[in-house]
Amino acid sequence: MMIAFTFYLFAAIAVLGGVMVISSKNPVHSVLYLILTFFTAAGLFVLMGAEFIAMILVIVYVGAVAVLFLFVVMMLDVDFVRLKEGFLQYMPIGATIGLVLLAEIVMVLISRSADITTEALSHVAQPTPEGVTNTEALGRILYTDYIYIFQAAGLILLVAMIGAIVLTHRKRPGVKRQVIADQVATRPEDVIEVKKVRPGRGI
Amino acid sequence: MSATLPDLTPALPEIFVACAAMALLMVGVFKKDNLLKVVTRLGVLSLAIAFVIMVAKMPGLDRVATTFGGMFIVDGFSVFMKSLVLIGSMAALLMSQQYLIDRKIDRFEFPVLIVLATLGMMMMISANDFMALYVGLELQSLSLYVLASFDRERQRSTEAGLKYFVLGALSSGMLLYGISLIYGFSGTTSFSVLSTGLANSENIGLVVGLVFVLAGLAFKVSAVPFHMWTPDVYEGAPTPVTALFAAAPKVAAMALLMRVVLGGFPTMAADWQQIIIFISIGSMLVGAFAALVQTNIKRLMAYSSIGHVGYALVGLAAGTVQGVEGVLVYMTIYMTMTIGTFACILSMRRDKALDLDINELAGLSRNQPAMAFALAVFMFSLAGIPLLAGFFGKYFIFMSAIDAGLYTLAIIGFVASVVGAFYYLRIVKIMYFDEPAAKFDDNEFGTMGFIMGLTAALNSPLSFLLIYPLLGLAGVAAASLF
Repeated sequence: MMIAFTFYLFAAIAVLGGVMVISSKNPVHSVLYLILTFFTAAGLFVLMGAEFIAMILVIVYVGAVAVLFLFVVMMLDVDFVRLKEGFLQYMPIGATIGLVLLAEIVMVLISRSADITTEALSHVAQPTPEGVTNTEALGRILYTDYIYIFQAAGLILLVAMIGAIVLTHRKRPGVKRQVIADQVATRPEDVIEVKKVRPGRGI
Repeated sequence: MSATLPDLTPALPEIFVACAAMALLMVGVFKKDNLLKVVTRLGVLSLAIAFVIMVAKMPGLDRVATTFGGMFIVDGFSVFMKSLVLIGSMAALLMSQQYLIDRKIDRFEFPVLIVLATLGMMMMISANDFMALYVGLELQSLSLYVLASFDRERQRSTEAGLKYFVLGALSSGMLLYGISLIYGFSGTTSFSVLSTGLANSENIGLVVGLVFVLAGLAFKVSAVPFHMWTPDVYEGAPTPVTALFAAAPKVAAMALLMRVVLGGFPTMAADWQQIIIFISIGSMLVGAFAALVQTNIKRLMAYSSIGHVGYALVGLAAGTVQGVEGVLVYMTIYMTMTIGTFACILSMRRDKALDLDINELAGLSRNQPAMAFALAVFMFSLAGIPLLAGFFGKYFIFMSAIDAGLYTLAIIGFVASVVGAFYYLRIVKIMYFDEPAAKFDDNEFGTMGFIMGLTAALNSPLSFLLIYPLLGLAGVAAASLF
């Protein structure tokens, strides 16, 4: 009962958040609603017992992707009024595609029979072993059977990092940097010059 | 439920190269002066050590070792191909130094990236699983994308890098799509399982997957019709990088192609054979005819490399031990010819800048007779004139095609090599019979002269002495693939 209630609550929030993402006028609000949707989706994953995907969703999508979106939206000066001008023009084709998708879903629902579900269930990957969380189950094969691929992927990321630095890092001449050692080693006679100022002449 | 550590011995050379690359990065960060020279030398040294480890830890000529759950394989074939790749990369590293200093792009990341690209190529050659294949390929490609646009102030170089990246990503996409289809229809990504499990299964899904995989790999070896990127990338990339492109990755991608079709799909030979025959004919013809109108020597070498890939694929199309043996011999000889030619190209310097128009070679025989002679040897060898090494490569390839009954392929190859001979011989004619152009900068007889002399000797009629030992090694290596 409690689980069903939580599910419907989260699902409703997720759907509402999704609607608000596309309907709110302010793009920053859209991104914030997107984050809300991600969070509730993560909650739904926890309900299904897939806590690893839930964590990834929060860490990667909320932590990185959504924040990146926020930056882009705030920095780019997109004229949203002009962007929405074509709305009516594209309305018919958009509506047609939506109707086709809806019809497909309805057809699947109508034609669904008992044997299809059992056949589909036979294709589902094996559930995680008893008494092991799916994070642990993933880790057990990722760091043993697939250690070679895992390490190679790490090397690819290293190359990506080196590449980004090689192609963009520039040494600009004339940049003033604070070097503490130089500051400490400076003596008064290096930087102070004593001038004799004659009255009425200036330097 | 405790896991045992996989056997690391077969992968020792790769592990060493990976650690060496990271150590080189550290050296680059902490050392201040003479950076490029030190890191380049250390890079060459670590590749040489990897070579020694590989030969010392070899599981025996006709034995096979696998590790990491069968994803990684070491056999005669992989050792042979890795030797070529290591030698090619070392030569490219040694030749790069002067150019980088002249162009003022002497940054220590260059040798580090070449070492990492070499690591990717070694992983490709040893891949016995589609996932291992893909990560190796991406490690190699990503390093090469960066290297192609290393001269970032020059527009041509960044353009080359971007083109290579976009088209390379496209080919990776096709490759992955093919792999996903193969996995979906067979339930495995391992070549060993595919080769035994697919006996007499004629499945249209698998064939479609195989076609996409071959398209992706044809991109990497720059075979027609997926060759469009080659001339632009070869021309735009810094010349030492072009030398690397023409030598090492081509060998590695060729090895990968052979491993996939012979190691993974021996039961579907009829399906992939016709694709290989088609791209082989296309590459030979495009390589021969498109090169006729080129005046930039790097573009010329790009079309030449497309043509040579076509010839090598003739041996693969035969699909026999003899054919694979021919491909291995061909790739070895091709690599010596290319490295030598690029050593000459990198010596075409006037006032510290490269001059790459072939007409600038006019009268080279009177100004620099030694270099002109070496370049003439390479050109005769690339054309496949008898008595030089390039002739033997073509001879074994065409013989294997005739033995396998592929007469049309052999005849087209023969015609294409006659047409191709024209533009190689034109360079010789320009060097020996045209009015001398201005003199190139004198080269101190250093690394470049050494590489030029050595490769010229290997391609000269002296190669008679070496061709039989090479054939023996290639025979053992080829047999391990079947």
